[in-house]
Amino acid sequence: MRRSGIASFVLWICLTILTLLPVWWMLVVSMRPRVKLYSKSFLIDDLYWNNFLAVLNSSTFLQYLLNSLIVATSNAALVCALGLLAAFGLSRYKIGGGDNVFFWLITNRMAPPAVFLLPLFLLFTKWFVFGDFMLFDTKIGLILLYCVFNLPFAVWLLKGMLDGIPLELDEAARVDGATTGQVLSNVILPLARPGLAVTFILTWIFAWNEYLFAATLTSSANARTVTTALAEYVSVTGTNWGEMAAMAFLTTLPALIVLGFVQKHIVTGLTFGALKG
Amino acid sequence: MRQSNIGWLFLTPATLILFVVGFVPFIYILYVGFFDWNTNAVDPTLRWAGLQNYRSLVFDTTFLNSLARTLVFAFFVVVSELLLGYVLARALMADRLWGRQFFRTIHTLPIVVAPIAVGATWRLLCVPGFGIVPYYLKLWFGIDYNISTNAYHAFVTAIIMDLWHWTPFVTLSLMAGLTALPKEPLEQAQIDGGNKLQIFWYVIVPMLKPVLLTTVFIRLMDALRSVDEIWMLTKGGPAESTRFIGLHIWINVFPKTDYGYGAAMSLLTLYVTIVLSWLLFVAMTGRKGGAQ
Repeated sequence: MRRSGIASFVLWICLTILTLLPVWWMLVVSMRPRVKLYSKSFLIDDLYWNNFLAVLNSSTFLQYLLNSLIVATSNAALVCALGLLAAFGLSRYKIGGGDNVFFWLITNRMAPPAVFLLPLFLLFTKWFVFGDFMLFDTKIGLILLYCVFNLPFAVWLLKGMLDGIPLELDEAARVDGATTGQVLSNVILPLARPGLAVTFILTWIFAWNEYLFAATLTSSANARTVTTALAEYVSVTGTNWGEMAAMAFLTTLPALIVLGFVQKHIVTGLTFGALKG
Repeated sequence: MRQSNIGWLFLTPATLILFVVGFVPFIYILYVGFFDWNTNAVDPTLRWAGLQNYRSLVFDTTFLNSLARTLVFAFFVVVSELLLGYVLARALMADRLWGRQFFRTIHTLPIVVAPIAVGATWRLLCVPGFGIVPYYLKLWFGIDYNISTNAYHAFVTAIIMDLWHWTPFVTLSLMAGLTALPKEPLEQAQIDGGNKLQIFWYVIVPMLKPVLLTTVFIRLMDALRSVDEIWMLTKGGPAESTRFIGLHIWINVFPKTDYGYGAAMSLLTLYVTIVLSWLLFVAMTGRKGGAQ
């Protein structure tokens, strides 16, 4: 027992090193001046911040960061609100064709993004145009768009969680004279809060990380997000590895910080309504 | 459960949004797929083409190859992630693992890295001349590892990158599933003298089925859709060896602006995905329809 404990511990250290290596290497490269880039050492020799400063001082990066923040947060909030309502409807009411609706919601996530890119590009630039306002290259456009993959995910996650809340609690509240709205806000909402938090975090991260829609459906600092900034950067300067690494690190950092706060709750939240099926 | 149309009231907002950004585009692409439309062509107007786009697709070897390549990729990735994820989940749940919370946090980390940053990072690791991976593979094992000239190396690297990025997700959801399992059947099986393999196959797997199914679904869909990581890593090369279907469609639709053909391609891919998921669903549950 004792020896296998030590063996597994050593194994874990190795696995941890493997997991961390890519991120560590990103950090190492981001802290190297150009002349030292081809060094194969795994260590950070000295703290060289110029790559980070160059990225942060570039005219648009902070704007892109702000755009990402606004888009991801608004999208996650919207998705959680609508997802909770939809999950409540699906979980608490027998809806004609409810299974089909549920399945249809999920198919939206199944589609390769490329399926939606073309029609949405055409719709955003030609159809959804109201006077001077068109959805192309707006944050609102992206916020709505990210519902395509985030909303099905949220409904799926939240339905599992609501199914886990005993129906008797609803009934008891109704017997006491609560309206449907009160059941939702006084019974369901407090109990679903941990699940809602996990849903919010995960959808936030998905929205933050999304690249393809953002790259295709925006064209200026008005709505471009950090992921597009990173891709743009690579194609423009190609070989400026130090700054590219710094940018990749800065793109990842917010999501890492968010993860740090909630890691413990993710496992409990991710049960997908397991075993309730 | 109350039988009532009020249920629809709650579904309406979500349905409405998905109708606008999901269903309308879907119908529109169905329509565009019947046209010959390339804004870069000499004559950029929409021209009715009937089934011509679909007919060409069936003989388009680049498309078929990239579809087949994607399926192979998805198969490898999903199977290895399930196996690896299960082993890791069990190990991370062991009571005597010292510093469990620490390891859990570390092994959740890759999930939150943006795919685009994952691609950039792995390119940093693997690019010939600059990355440490080719350098140390040469130094220690004498392997000439080169993702920009060797098709197999690029393909395998894409798989390993995906494993790195998404195994933690599988681990997490299996951990969630395992935590929720009732203890009695397991103890019963141990009392009845089942060995580890028997207990795993006849007790754990059936109870874990809903979680397994959900996890496989999500991973399969995402593996079939992945674009950005590969784009950053290899741009689909060398010689199209990592040009997966999502990337292939994107290249046809945007840089080439071949809208009609791109639409047909997108639809066919979507159907393949749906049929595949459905087959998987039937195979794993033995049921013929309906959500879990």
